[in-house]
Amino acid sequence: MTSEIDIGSRAGFARDDGVAGPPRSTGRLGDRLFALAAQGSGVLLLAVMVAIGVFLIWKAVPALQANEADFLTEQEWNPNANPPVFGIAQLAFGTVMSSFLALVMATPVAIGIALFISFYAPRRLAAGLGYLVDLLAAVPSIVYGLWGLHYFNTTMDDVGRFLNAYFGWIPLFGGDSVGGRSLLTASVILAIMILPIISSITREVFLQVPGSHVEAALALGATRWEVIKLAVLPFGRSGMISAAMLGLGRALGETIAVAMVLSTASGISIHILADGGNTIAANIANSFAEATETGRGALIASGLVLFVITLIVNMTARLIVARRKEFA
Amino acid sequence: MSVMTGERGEAPTGGGTLPEISFRRRAADKVVQALVYAAFVLAIVPLVSVLWMVIGRGLERLDPTFLTHSMNGLSSGDEGGGANHAIVGTLEQVGLTSAMAVPLGVLTAVYLVEYGRGRRLAKVITFVVDVMTGIPSIVAGLFVLAFWLLALGFDYSGFAGSLALAILMLPTVVRATEEMLLLVPGDLREAAYALGVPRWRTVCFVVLPTALPGIVTGVMLAVARVMGETAPLLLLIFITDAINANPFSGPQGSLPTFIWYQAGDPNPQAVERAWAAALTLILIIMLLNLGARLLSRLRKPVSR
Repeated sequence: MTSEIDIGSRAGFARDDGVAGPPRSTGRLGDRLFALAAQGSGVLLLAVMVAIGVFLIWKAVPALQANEADFLTEQEWNPNANPPVFGIAQLAFGTVMSSFLALVMATPVAIGIALFISFYAPRRLAAGLGYLVDLLAAVPSIVYGLWGLHYFNTTMDDVGRFLNAYFGWIPLFGGDSVGGRSLLTASVILAIMILPIISSITREVFLQVPGSHVEAALALGATRWEVIKLAVLPFGRSGMISAAMLGLGRALGETIAVAMVLSTASGISIHILADGGNTIAANIANSFAEATETGRGALIASGLVLFVITLIVNMTARLIVARRKEFA
Repeated sequence: MSVMTGERGEAPTGGGTLPEISFRRRAADKVVQALVYAAFVLAIVPLVSVLWMVIGRGLERLDPTFLTHSMNGLSSGDEGGGANHAIVGTLEQVGLTSAMAVPLGVLTAVYLVEYGRGRRLAKVITFVVDVMTGIPSIVAGLFVLAFWLLALGFDYSGFAGSLALAILMLPTVVRATEEMLLLVPGDLREAAYALGVPRWRTVCFVVLPTALPGIVTGVMLAVARVMGETAPLLLLIFITDAINANPFSGPQGSLPTFIWYQAGDPNPQAVERAWAAALTLILIIMLLNLGARLLSRLRKPVSR
């Protein structure tokens, strides 16, 4: 919208200029100004990125100094107490665990979807089916949260009880107080949410598979699966890895859906079927309202940790993509 | 997306004269095919379930009262009430967000495509834009909290929320615009230069108008994405039950935070309102999405 208005006003300016008679300038000044504006917005973007790091650190430090416990190893999150005691051990564990589980569930399915749309679906329907998968990404996380809190957790309650009854001997599925608002439910919802990003990037990679590789495999009499195994998957491997990492980055930072679904409980527990658990992002959303000044600082500190983790994950993924592009 | 409807990936046609494919290879092929189909179905199930629940439960309360009334003076257990204050807030915040992110994003893309080719700064910016798409929304919220509210001392407002949303929207706009600008044929630029048109005018009156439909599509998709963002708004716009039309002062409502508070309420009346608000939000987002798709289908950059 605004871009139209922006351009419209520039167009008006130009017409006035034209009507006013012979051009007074060659446009050199305009050129310089415009180039400056364009470069300026690029630099501003960089500045914002730097500012995010700077301001988070600045506002986190006082709270960290007031902290009585070791920020990295303490499991308790009690920054509003006097003296404040808080650490991100439990939150980081929940974040990594739920995202990892989501990734394990989502990646094979996402690659399957990408294969389906690129190679299996009827050609005429493929674009429409791809759009359908992209719709999953258009649903806001708050709606997934609402769905998870008021509908899906009852389904997962049954699933959890089943897994606990028959596979309880596996430590992951063990423990009691099995419930629907568990780390597993959160992971499943995260998996649904990162499906579209992983599958759409994977699809893009599959598009770049050289046609000659595919045709060579076909000419040797390969079946469709053999074509995929011989030509498509080896070519797309690094692309799929970075797609999965981008999905991981998204899962690590997802806040609202997790905050709504998980029933908060303290303490690190390996039992993913049990009600409760917490993640860095969900904890920020849930405890912000009651936070004192130190509490806010503590939340900002935890946000900083999340920022650094997602930054590393995303940068690695992008570097893998960039390196692959050079070879392609 | 329509690009991928190439002839690649066509099933190998088993010619009649060729020897039979062994059972094992055929079985493996069929098993993988079944798995791949299953993966697709597996992704569609939650989509259908979410939409089914939102439409079914949302329609129970989505009426004119819901759209035209706020929650002012009502407690969460009361019947009636609505999300008007939240709708007003969301529209204003997203409008402000676009007003900031779109010019900045378009100009950045212009720099990357028209000015920065091959320069080091452009490469850094491209990389940072990529990384920026991965910033968790809650971190953008915390940044604006630390910067705008804590460091500069401003109060909660809709505008603070828009600042965070703008950070989230910016990379999407840059990406979309960049892609569209790259599609504009170089001939057009050269023709303009040959006529003695200065570079900035070439960009403003030749390149941008050619790419405009694509840019608008990208912007609409970006708007649809930030509209559903909840986490930063929870930290920045505070909470109110009354209509506040001024995004620059005082707490404001928004559809996502409205859903958050109503869904967490134990009263069934509040939960009903949450579903209706979710339906409203999804309807707005789907309209934007559909509009964007239609627009991109109607007018693609013409190459002659």
